[in-house]
Amino acid sequence: MARYLLKRLGQSIVLLIIVSMIGFFMLHLTPGGPLSQYALTPGMTQETIDRIAEQMGLNRPLPVQYLDWVWRLVQGDWGESYRDNQPVLSVIGRHLFATLLLMGSSTAISIGIGTWIGIRGATHRYSAFDYVATVGAMVALSIPTFWFGLVGIYIFSLELGWLPAGNMYEIGNGSFLDYLHHLIMPSVVLALVNIAIWSRYMRTATLDVINQDFVKTARAKGVSERRVLMKHVVGNALLPMITLAGMQLPNLLSGALVTETVFTWPGMGRLFLDSLGYNDYPVVMGLLMFSAILVLLGNLIADLISAAIDPRIRLS
Amino acid sequence: MRPEPDTAGECPRSEPVLTVRNLTVELPTGMERRYAVKDVSFDLPRGRVLCVIGESGSGKSVTANTIMGLLPNVIRVTSGEIRFQGDDLLKLDKDSLRGLRGRAISMIFQDPLSALNPLMTVGDQIAEAMAAHGAGTRQSRTERALELLEEVGLPDPALMLHQYPFRLSGGQRQRVMIAMALALEPDILIADEPTTALDVTTQAQILELILDIQKRKGMSVMFITHDFGVVAEIADQVIVMEKGVIVEQAPANEIFTAPKHEYTKRLIAAVPELIEAGQPDRSISAGQDDTVISVENLNKTYTSGSGWLGRKRVVSAVADASFTLKRGQTLGLVGESGSGKTSLGRLLIKLLESDSGRIVYRGTDIAPMSEREFRPLRPKIQMIFQDPFASLNPRSTIGHIITVGPIAQGMKRSEARTKAFRILQQVGLDAGAYGRYPHEFSGGQRQRVGIARALMFDPEVLVADEAVSALDVSIQAQILQLLDEIQRETQVSMVFITHDLRIASQICDHVLVMQSGKIVEAGPPSRIFHHPRHDYTRQLVAAIPGTGRAARPA
Repeated sequence: MARYLLKRLGQSIVLLIIVSMIGFFMLHLTPGGPLSQYALTPGMTQETIDRIAEQMGLNRPLPVQYLDWVWRLVQGDWGESYRDNQPVLSVIGRHLFATLLLMGSSTAISIGIGTWIGIRGATHRYSAFDYVATVGAMVALSIPTFWFGLVGIYIFSLELGWLPAGNMYEIGNGSFLDYLHHLIMPSVVLALVNIAIWSRYMRTATLDVINQDFVKTARAKGVSERRVLMKHVVGNALLPMITLAGMQLPNLLSGALVTETVFTWPGMGRLFLDSLGYNDYPVVMGLLMFSAILVLLGNLIADLISAAIDPRIRLS
Repeated sequence: MRPEPDTAGECPRSEPVLTVRNLTVELPTGMERRYAVKDVSFDLPRGRVLCVIGESGSGKSVTANTIMGLLPNVIRVTSGEIRFQGDDLLKLDKDSLRGLRGRAISMIFQDPLSALNPLMTVGDQIAEAMAAHGAGTRQSRTERALELLEEVGLPDPALMLHQYPFRLSGGQRQRVMIAMALALEPDILIADEPTTALDVTTQAQILELILDIQKRKGMSVMFITHDFGVVAEIADQVIVMEKGVIVEQAPANEIFTAPKHEYTKRLIAAVPELIEAGQPDRSISAGQDDTVISVENLNKTYTSGSGWLGRKRVVSAVADASFTLKRGQTLGLVGESGSGKTSLGRLLIKLLESDSGRIVYRGTDIAPMSEREFRPLRPKIQMIFQDPFASLNPRSTIGHIITVGPIAQGMKRSEARTKAFRILQQVGLDAGAYGRYPHEFSGGQRQRVGIARALMFDPEVLVADEAVSALDVSIQAQILQLLDEIQRETQVSMVFITHDLRIASQICDHVLVMQSGKIVEAGPPSRIFHHPRHDYTRQLVAAIPGTGRAARPA
């Protein structure tokens, strides 16, 4: 077990290095850069810009800049934002809660509803419910998240006035109900696509299990239909879903990025877009590394849960 | 043959425990026939073993599932009645049926590897059978489960209780299934091919266990099988089914001594039997020293677990194997699963790389050759696979399947086509097969296609890995006859890998018995099977079902 964790840790570090290299070089190869906004300032001379570049260390060769950044990162220094000179970690920290809240509630919705639709679709295969679910999933998968967001805002905020069109809370309110009120639309919109994905996977997994011999064995023992379904079918069908949940994390993160932008949700996704706009490289790199670590961690946890549930998997 | 044969099978002194009358079950439209079973009537005698025998598609499993109320929704019972304890099972509502399942009527299945829930411990699964009917308390159920594990002869029952199924062998899992079925002391046990997926020695043990329990509890058993050898071991009463209809029912003695129906006679005749002791072995007509392949000290080990930060486990699949294969000879490789017979076959055609040793083909050692060096020789050594359903690409025509190899080896298209027609005829298929797809053919026909594919190369050696095990007995006999004809015509040498000693004894010139990767005994079949020298061979021969019956004067 300890050996397994050590091995996974090694693999993760290699992956993180690759991610950081690709991210760092791609970012610096794009035209513009942190200095481009100074260029627009009236009265700015090339000399001043060069001096600023030297101060910020941007005139050094890229590999040197990269190694410098990595060396600081290893020591726990994630750098400072170009925008307001705040430490990157504390900038991310301030946006972390909002994103986790959105991702968490949306995941709860999508797994709950998605698995239910999937199981029902499998047990009532080729029924009206199954057809509607299948078509619905195809529609949800084909339409981009931001479109759902905009339509939602139009209907529920502008026309009906039931739900707020953006932000996480009213200034000066911030009660639990206020948060909930603001959370409903973004989390449902973000969940739509994931409900579609989960219901399709769950349907397939359930169909795989439902025809297996041990399900017939359970029926032959006289076990009630309800218990056959919940204990024998769903228990086994959920196993591959755990791994899927881990693999879905990157999708969820990128979905959150779009949703947060549409609903002006003050999370990491919006921070990412804003920072890109300002060429705030330290924050962008920080977010990149942070999400990479989150994804790797999520997959590791999924594997550990699988091993805990399935006796056939031994981590070695 | 089981003991007390004189009372067995005679008119039952008491009422039958279950009667089936005029049962007709309809198949969904579009299937090859309208009825799964048609107008089936029989009695299950109390405290006896009733064997239902038939080939695939005969309706024997459908009959059993109808009694259990476990038919899939698309299959409908159209008429008939099944009387049990005064009720017609076909008229009972779902809940009452569920109340009978596992309590009054229990069932065990063919494949023990998939019949247990992988996520529940053995103990929990046995306890669940009792809990489903509200029997006992949590405590008493666990105690009973322990008792049952002991009763079905599993080692260390206390430990077994907490074991997950994947740790158990096939035979052990089937014992767990039996324990589960017996939990509430049912009146009837329905066993659907419970030993078909097991090795012969395990099969013999499970049959003995079922018989022993049946006798002690006075249980009635409905035993479904396709193997007359198994019938001979356990049956009191026999029903023969063909295409959904009962063609003959009689006491076990009569079925073997005086079968009435043509189909029964054919089935019994098709059952391979060990060659008789005095009978001369199949002799090789070619010159005695015409060696095609000689294998010297061949070794293959499997390593599992990665070397980096993981523990290694080394298993010897083939250990120090040496033998020669002569022109026109059939060499049998027999043994149980895991004995290394399949690995050895794969080494010969270089689907597996050997670790050490020599495989000398026509004077050259092919063992160390790279894939590139070996390719020109590959047509000469061909393989026939076990599963005729999985080994043919469903999206290619038969013509494409059998010509693609020779064309890749440089044969002209027109030439390949002409040859394909000739070979299709040789394996007993008509020329029309050339443009058709595998799904249009039955299992036996597909195996003929597999043989045709191999013959297209004019091979010198054919490696047949369990080439007839997936087929019904009557088809089996036909394919074996075909292989024999081909061998006489072409003088091809064959390596015949099988777990069925009866088949090996009939078609092989020379037999190698393998156990845990080692060849423990070698010799002509008449000697091996009638005067085995090695203990393991003796066990294998003793486990062959139906040997008692075969030895009886007819």
